[in-house]
Amino acid sequence: MTRARWLVPTVYILFLLLPIYWLVSMSFKTTNEILGHFTLWPQNPTLENYRTIFTDPSWYMGYVNSITYVSLNTVISVAAALPAAYAFSRYRFLGDKHLFFWLLTNRMAPAAVFALPFFQLYSAVGLFDTHLAVALAHTLFNIPLAVWILEGFMSGVPRQLDETAYVDGYSFPRFFIRIFIPTIKAGVGVAAFFCFMFSWVELLLAKTLTAVAAKPIAATMTKTASSSGYELGLLAAAGTLTIIPGAIVIWFVRNHIARGFALGRV
Amino acid sequence: MNGKIVNQKAWFFVIPVLLLVSFNAIVPLMTVINYSVQETFGDNVFFWSGLTWFQEILRSERFHAALTRQAIFTGAILAIEVPLGVAIALAMPRKGIWVSVCLVLMALPLLIPWNVVGAMWNIFALPNIGLLGKGLNALGFDYNYTRQVGDAWFTLILMDVWHWTSLVVLLAYAGLVSIPDAYYQAARIDGASRWAVFRHIQLPKMRRVLTIAILLRFMDSFNIYTEPVVLTGGGPGNATTLLSIDLVKIALGQFDLGPAAAMSLIYFLIILALSWIFYAVMTRNEEQ
Amino acid sequence: MAKITLENLGHSYLPAPAAPADWALKEMTLEWQDGGAYALLGPSGCGKTTLLNIISGLLRPSRGRVLFDGRDVTALPPEERHIAQIFQFPVVYDTMTVFDNLAFPLRNRGLPEPEVRARVHEIAEMTDLSALLATRARGLTADGKQKISLGRGLVREDVNAILFDEPLTVIDPHLKFQLRSKLKELHHRVPKTMIYVTHDQTEALTFADTVVVMNMGEVVQTGTPEELFARPRHTFVGHFIGSPGMNVIPCTPENGRVLIGGEPFETANPPPSGGRPEGRFELGIRPEFLRIVPDGIPARLENVADAGRFRIADVTCLGHRLKLLAPEGQEIPADELKLAFDPAHSWLYRNGWLFEEGESP
Repeated sequence: MTRARWLVPTVYILFLLLPIYWLVSMSFKTTNEILGHFTLWPQNPTLENYRTIFTDPSWYMGYVNSITYVSLNTVISVAAALPAAYAFSRYRFLGDKHLFFWLLTNRMAPAAVFALPFFQLYSAVGLFDTHLAVALAHTLFNIPLAVWILEGFMSGVPRQLDETAYVDGYSFPRFFIRIFIPTIKAGVGVAAFFCFMFSWVELLLAKTLTAVAAKPIAATMTKTASSSGYELGLLAAAGTLTIIPGAIVIWFVRNHIARGFALGRV
Repeated sequence: MNGKIVNQKAWFFVIPVLLLVSFNAIVPLMTVINYSVQETFGDNVFFWSGLTWFQEILRSERFHAALTRQAIFTGAILAIEVPLGVAIALAMPRKGIWVSVCLVLMALPLLIPWNVVGAMWNIFALPNIGLLGKGLNALGFDYNYTRQVGDAWFTLILMDVWHWTSLVVLLAYAGLVSIPDAYYQAARIDGASRWAVFRHIQLPKMRRVLTIAILLRFMDSFNIYTEPVVLTGGGPGNATTLLSIDLVKIALGQFDLGPAAAMSLIYFLIILALSWIFYAVMTRNEEQ
Repeated sequence: MAKITLENLGHSYLPAPAAPADWALKEMTLEWQDGGAYALLGPSGCGKTTLLNIISGLLRPSRGRVLFDGRDVTALPPEERHIAQIFQFPVVYDTMTVFDNLAFPLRNRGLPEPEVRARVHEIAEMTDLSALLATRARGLTADGKQKISLGRGLVREDVNAILFDEPLTVIDPHLKFQLRSKLKELHHRVPKTMIYVTHDQTEALTFADTVVVMNMGEVVQTGTPEELFARPRHTFVGHFIGSPGMNVIPCTPENGRVLIGGEPFETANPPPSGGRPEGRFELGIRPEFLRIVPDGIPARLENVADAGRFRIADVTCLGHRLKLLAPEGQEIPADELKLAFDPAHSWLYRNGWLFEEGESP
């Protein structure tokens, strides 16, 4: 049994890769080949689909928009979560437990429920169709997560570190930025990764809050699919390209992902 | 217990988070509550309708049907993903470069935008041009998820297993690697069987992360919208119309804001209550 | 019950060890008598835990054999060697009660339940756990948990040896002493071979009848605590055992004596009377055997520390910093300090090892 152990993850990974392979292989096929006859791999590989995406601004601006609001969201979420997580990990204060659970409940709010009110809210404050609107809306579920992860990492740092720094004459902001944050930089990396990930994959709110100027790539895909008929190859190419940023980010934090959740408190 | 200092000034640290989350959570929630107790005949004229919508929703066949489908879906994916995720985590290598390779490859589905996941499976499972659909038909199955209810459910659940089992794997794996070697060594010396090691060492140590995994999977599967909409659009018929899909159909499709809002609240309360019960039970057991 | 023999044992964590530094354990042959109380003493990373894991079977040595009563067990897994091991961090099965923890090794071996119950109660009484049998193991303090792991080792009657891997590391200081005496007492009641790994000389010297001192993957000396103190076979043993450790002063051998700064000294193991032996020579003398005398080698007092029943003086003598112990009541003159080296306790070392007479020059 122990000998065949490697089989389990291998079979699972193959299962994971199959649909991805199908998407990638389709992105190199012509529309004719996709619809015409069934082929396991591209018979006449073409880069046409990718060329279209990289030359047509309505396509590639989608990527720019997505990356813009995702980065903005990551920065806002982590920056706001850092002091809050510090408060939860170091101090006890009135209502801290309730506040923490309330923050977590926001992860439970179904995006579908909030889509319409969000649209009205952001229209009312004049942020509709801006990157900032999506970035702010995504903090709803990313901030609780970031606070949760960071709190776990911070609780792993002994309080003596804080005390030593004060004895050495550090002011709080200087201590926090110069000493504390570098100490938990792995935690900051993990929190940023999860914020990036959940903001990148979410579409419902992003689509609701944008029209043209800040439209995410994933939304561009659905629009194109319906307006100009089924250009499956083009769709597949765009889909393939949405996998790449995540894959790059995950490579950098691969050693910390598992720890990030393990250290968070329940 | 961990000797935290009581300090009310800590509230200042929480203010930025509080402002951001309140802005996003409270105003929309108030809007939803507002709609849920009013009736409109268009032109932005609203009338107070009390709890009529709530009564109507709670009695409606349609809501019951959607809720049942939702419960079956969530139950099924939890029953598959949690044991499968644990089993895969147990079989993962503990050291060496294969760990990184496994983790990165397994995390891939988690990083794909949800509608791309739906689109990808939509194509992958098509009986005429998809690998899965074509493959199953070639093996002699009469498979067509756009027409047959059973096939639609099979595809939906398979897609969710594909999409989210890795999250359980990552968490369970994190729990497993945090077990010191001495536990395994002591168990070997005590002559423990493989099953005893799992039952008395690995499972208890994974308990905390599994709580997180089940909680996250429960909340997220109850909220699922984008992937099934892109995959099946809730069909064939209403066969795979889960709660969120139904809700959006009512709210945006028929523009019945009142019932949609009431339904949202009922829905939100169900998730909240179930999560809270689960959370309370798991943490109480922990304290024992 | 068994005599344990390690034959030409060596271990490396690398697949193809080449340089001597690649070996975590350098080749050694050792014997552990049945029923003995042994300590394996050395600094962190000296290979003592590796050696322990080889004896218990958690690790397979790269070369050499492990024999229990002459039977080769090198290839046997731990569960077939009948070994108990207590780890640095207490291992208890969290979900079980104390009783179930103690019963676990017996139940795994399919013992009938009445027998299990009898054994568990007997061992619980020995380890002071009787009152706690029904409680959950996870709630216990570190020393209670360590008693459980100890109990799980004692509960099996077929155990050949009990191995301890720094078992007191996480125990509160005031409980360490208690648990240590408990171990000693248990060894008298259950005369099984016990091997106790530690880097703490007090633990080693109080627990063991025989101490094995290791450094850098090598056994440097095996002996009773008295032997280690009186005649260290290596300057490392001199340093590591004793508080403060041995003074080690570079010297030059010449005609049956040694010279330090031109001054001649006698040693208990004199260098050969003719010729100039090769190597790096040092004279080792414990602070206990440096005496303050009215007429001797002049020294300068640097510092005095009071250690209760005696005082430790830091002095400079012949250009070297030395420590000496002054018993209570003895005066330490601040100036005009004169020292004498006790020749019966002065040892000559070559390249770190005790210089053996008859060794080729």
